[in-house]
Amino acid sequence: MSTPILELKEIDVFYGPIQALKKVSMHIDEGETVSLIGSNGAGKSTLLMSIFGQPRAAAGQIIYRGIDITQKSSHYIASNGIAQSPEGRRVFPDMSVEENLMMGTIPIGDKFAGEDMQRMFELFPRLKERRNQRAMTMSGGEQQMLAIARALMSRPKLLLLDEPSLGLAPIVVKQIFSTLRELAKTGMTIFLVEQNANHALKLSDRAYVMVNGEIRLTGTGQELLVNEEVRNAYLGGH
Amino acid sequence: MSAAKTTAFDIKRSLIDTILAGLISLIVFGPIVGVVLDGYSFNLEPKRVAWLVAGVMAGRFVLSLFMQTARGQAILQGFEGGGSGVHVLAPDYKSRLRWIIPALIVIAIVFPFFANKYLLTVVILGLIYVLLGLGLNIVVGLAGLLDLGYVAFYAIGAYGLALGYQYLGLGFWTVLPLAAIAAALAGCILGFPVLRMHGDYLAIVTLGFGEIIRLVLNNWLSFTGGPNGMPVPSPTFMGLEFGRRAKDGGVPFHEFFGIEYNPNLKFLFIYIVLFLVVLAVLYIKHRLTRMPVGRAWEALREDEIACRSMGLNHVLVKLSAFTLGASTAGLAGVFFASYQGFVNPSSFTFFESALILAIVVLGGMGSTVGVVIAAFVLTVAPELLRSFSEYRVLLFGVLMVLMMIWRPRGLIRISRTGVTPRKGVAP
Repeated sequence: MSTPILELKEIDVFYGPIQALKKVSMHIDEGETVSLIGSNGAGKSTLLMSIFGQPRAAAGQIIYRGIDITQKSSHYIASNGIAQSPEGRRVFPDMSVEENLMMGTIPIGDKFAGEDMQRMFELFPRLKERRNQRAMTMSGGEQQMLAIARALMSRPKLLLLDEPSLGLAPIVVKQIFSTLRELAKTGMTIFLVEQNANHALKLSDRAYVMVNGEIRLTGTGQELLVNEEVRNAYLGGH
Repeated sequence: MSAAKTTAFDIKRSLIDTILAGLISLIVFGPIVGVVLDGYSFNLEPKRVAWLVAGVMAGRFVLSLFMQTARGQAILQGFEGGGSGVHVLAPDYKSRLRWIIPALIVIAIVFPFFANKYLLTVVILGLIYVLLGLGLNIVVGLAGLLDLGYVAFYAIGAYGLALGYQYLGLGFWTVLPLAAIAAALAGCILGFPVLRMHGDYLAIVTLGFGEIIRLVLNNWLSFTGGPNGMPVPSPTFMGLEFGRRAKDGGVPFHEFFGIEYNPNLKFLFIYIVLFLVVLAVLYIKHRLTRMPVGRAWEALREDEIACRSMGLNHVLVKLSAFTLGASTAGLAGVFFASYQGFVNPSSFTFFESALILAIVVLGGMGSTVGVVIAAFVLTVAPELLRSFSEYRVLLFGVLMVLMMIWRPRGLIRISRTGVTPRKGVAP
């Protein structure tokens, strides 16, 4: 098997005296969709953010395409092919949809801005309708689409998504996940952090289950979907 | 029917408004106008109060009726409408400014021929505050970093000229770029420790910085002359001085060109140079807001976390905002010093910082045109109101309160021409 695009080796992360991640190891291969599920406060978002060095791992190594990025600055990481759609969407409220997308091109410059924007509008037709509208005035689902599209504008090798289903209506969540499935088919490597285990597991090739800062279980999406423990804890017997 | 309904006057409402206004004016004017001190006793003057109250009531009645007409409604809507946030214009939007800017330039060129010295100095002061407002606008309006110690950079510019002349023999033209660089460095030095701070905390630290600079200038007697201040040389034009007689046997400006001596020449010269600098700064600022760094500032103001997740180096973005803002203030300081011919620390108190911040807030955060207008309003208006000098600050306060009620986003709301990718997207 080829070397993974991103590999975490036994990383420890602390918030002050509290240890948020305990010797977490995982890897993501090229073209894979991997999800990380877990309950509130398990450390999912911390893991995602520590890939960006916020907070920094106290021990262990993060290796991205053969390069150790454990001590690199956030903007270095973000401008070298890892794009993130942050938790809570975080679109620029006073900028229009097009301007938000333009902000996403910062790491690579605006050489491909025109064609990429066109691609985003094909992926998310709703954004095209709203292209000149201010992001603040859009619905949560549209903002989430915008956040994902903005992350994709930098032509990333690896897309990190932090809870894309947060605070959205079930039908909108379904739409977003079907778009993500389309995206995964194009060969994009996606790392998804989700509470909505049902959707996430159906989408992903592999998944990790995190409990109290430790990886408790791992397996393919299908395996975990039928796993007794996962079903009881996260799927509420669906 | 409905048309008739909208045009009919609601007399009852107007009468209620009138009576309320009358009561308030009675309370306000009663003790002030109605009781006149006469030695140790006082006289009651009910007639004067009655006239004033009647005037107020009549005025309120007419206003109330007018506000119910279609025009009045439109004006009310204009005040209340507008919504919030940044107004994004279509990318090909052409503003009316295309016509206004050349007109203003023509006025600015013609103006000195008609102005007397007093008017000229007032306008110079106005232009200095335009520079200050534009500089602070980058820091507060665009990058969203609340800076209450902005006057420190202004002081660095002004004292740069005074100290440079005193100790190094530098003149106006040498100091002009040096002061901008010195102020920029100071902005950088202030910027580093406050990178992690936001909002109120940042405001406190910058406030402290401003006071430190002022206190150093005030107390370092041997170097800065302390509260006694320092003299500042007059500017020169190609080495020609503007005095009646040049020092060291040189030829003064008026003799060189064979014109009659005019004491206004120095101010005229400052005015011209300042005007050119303001135009240059306006142009640079206009371009900056369209460059990636300008967009980065606005993105930083809107959401810092999103900014960083997008690979923006927030350290560079913040420092560039601080540095550019500070260097503009340094330029303004040099002009201020040579216009006054003298500097002392009392020109650089916290009130100045507050005034500059008021210019930015009144003008509309981030709006260039608004800042220019506000700078003139806030510097020229106090001059026009000299006869009411005791009430100037009161008026200032009232203006601020009214603004915040009717125009919470400033005189001219920030509007941005939308950005489109270079290769057009199919519509």
